[in-house]
Amino acid sequence: MAVEAETSGLRARLLYPLLALPGTAWLVALFLVPFYGILAVAFSTELNGFRQPIPMWNPLGWDFSVFLKTVDQSVNGIYRQSWEHSFVYAFLALLICVAVGYPVAYYIARLAGRRRGLLLALILMPWWINYLTRMLAWVGLLAEDGYVNDFLGWFSIGPVDFLGGHAYVVIIALAYGYLPFFIVPLYASLDRLDQSLIEASRDLGKGSARTFFYVTLPLTRVGLITAMAITALPMFGDFYTNTLVSSSPSTAMIGNAIETALAGGTTRSQGASLVLLLSFVLLFFMGYYLLMSIRASKAATR
Amino acid sequence: MSIGSGAGGAWRKPYAMATITWAYVLWSLVPVLISIQFSFNDGRSRSVWQGFSTKWYCCGGEAGSVASDQSLLLSLQNSLVLAVATVVVAVPLGTALALGLTRWRSRTSSAANAVSLFPLVTPELVLGSALYLVIVTLYTQIALGLGAMLLGHVTLSVSYVLVIVRSRLLSVGGEYEAAARDLGATRIQALGTIMLPLLSPAIFASAMVTFAGSLDDFIVSNFLFGNAEAITVPVKLYNGVRASPSPALNALSTLLLIGTFGALLGMYVIQRRRTRSSGGSALDGIAAGEL
Repeated sequence: MAVEAETSGLRARLLYPLLALPGTAWLVALFLVPFYGILAVAFSTELNGFRQPIPMWNPLGWDFSVFLKTVDQSVNGIYRQSWEHSFVYAFLALLICVAVGYPVAYYIARLAGRRRGLLLALILMPWWINYLTRMLAWVGLLAEDGYVNDFLGWFSIGPVDFLGGHAYVVIIALAYGYLPFFIVPLYASLDRLDQSLIEASRDLGKGSARTFFYVTLPLTRVGLITAMAITALPMFGDFYTNTLVSSSPSTAMIGNAIETALAGGTTRSQGASLVLLLSFVLLFFMGYYLLMSIRASKAATR
Repeated sequence: MSIGSGAGGAWRKPYAMATITWAYVLWSLVPVLISIQFSFNDGRSRSVWQGFSTKWYCCGGEAGSVASDQSLLLSLQNSLVLAVATVVVAVPLGTALALGLTRWRSRTSSAANAVSLFPLVTPELVLGSALYLVIVTLYTQIALGLGAMLLGHVTLSVSYVLVIVRSRLLSVGGEYEAAARDLGATRIQALGTIMLPLLSPAIFASAMVTFAGSLDDFIVSNFLFGNAEAITVPVKLYNGVRASPSPALNALSTLLLIGTFGALLGMYVIQRRRTRSSGGSALDGIAAGEL
């Protein structure tokens, strides 16, 4: 009896680690090691026969000269403008996301009544439509002879050269691209909000605006910041939206600089350094989002 | 039912918000419908309507149509094969990880737990460039191409599977499994005969998310495709719009759209048939798992 219990206990103790093992090993080999690879390439100055950097896996051999030079170029040099574009464009696109996404999420979660199911399906639909498809649709619409210019033509405006490298087009395109991913998490947090709290605030004589700012907004703060993190992270890493709707160096973002640097084999260390800097810049969002995910998973485990 | 109009006189009808919402829905979807319209254009333009034709799909003898351009067909095939392979690898991997990490309590498991959430919060550009660098320098036995892309897509999706399956696992609780064990089932029997069926809505939901995520992925694929043989639809669209823009690109993306929604519908129907009695649909799983 005792022996049997012992072996089954041992097997039980092994079963769950064994189940977790393949996935964990996968993520170590294909997530942690590659991430370390960015460090190894960024902090390497040794070149192979093709003048491509050889990654320095031993931290004792790290040489920070390329990295520091890239930092300097980001602050004062050739990468400065790309960083500025990333910050400004992502910030303005996020503002559009909040201005459009919050009312939409609020309406669907709390006010849509019997249309709610239909609206939810409609706002989830872009999730399943390829991002490039959605962006290419706009490239056709915004063309010199496209529908948007046809429409403006009725009012004797244009034709406007929308695709000729304009910051405002890139910003609106970014907002368009990522709004679906902003609305859904926000919807989920507004959906969980207890209606009686809003009613209590109204019964106590607060108007709509004060109820919103003192009750609704604070209670959905986590959802709002999560939605902003989910949207801001890919915006900073985006290079293709920019290429498709502008294709001009005058609107290049840091994602474009990274892609160019990594594609040219000899500038891989600069590319890796920029990726490192980008991760550092996004650490706040990544950290917040990670913390929320861990907290949510812990709360659920209890 | 309507909360806005039903809860007392002070509540005005939210016309402004309703307008914004419907305007947003139109803004988000109408361009895609117009893009589908242009896949049936009779001319070469992607922006001026020149009459209806199906020649950009096939049978019009048009050079560069989807049926006649091998590279377009190949990209469609690659996308679908890759998406199916990603589901086949990532869903079992993530489900096992969810079961393992939820039940296995130790210091190692909390570390593994944190690591398993990292890919969710890492921008794809960072993950894609990291995988690219490590495959061309360290894992040199892996060639850039479909194999490398499979590794990338699975890495992207495993965490989603984990989160979705775990939320279902926690809502199901441990009682059913405990009951099965009390009735004499071994731990493995209890997992296979009790837990897996109970988890199936979440497993199907995560398969849907994984499938669509793989079809949608551009950044990681763009880093890892290597050569024209392994190109996927998003990569082809990205390169085609500069090299050879024609309504064939619209036709290609329309076919991808049909493929995605067809697969979603198929999985939804299968899942519904399987779990009609146990309650909880794939959509619940997605709604619960996405956060």
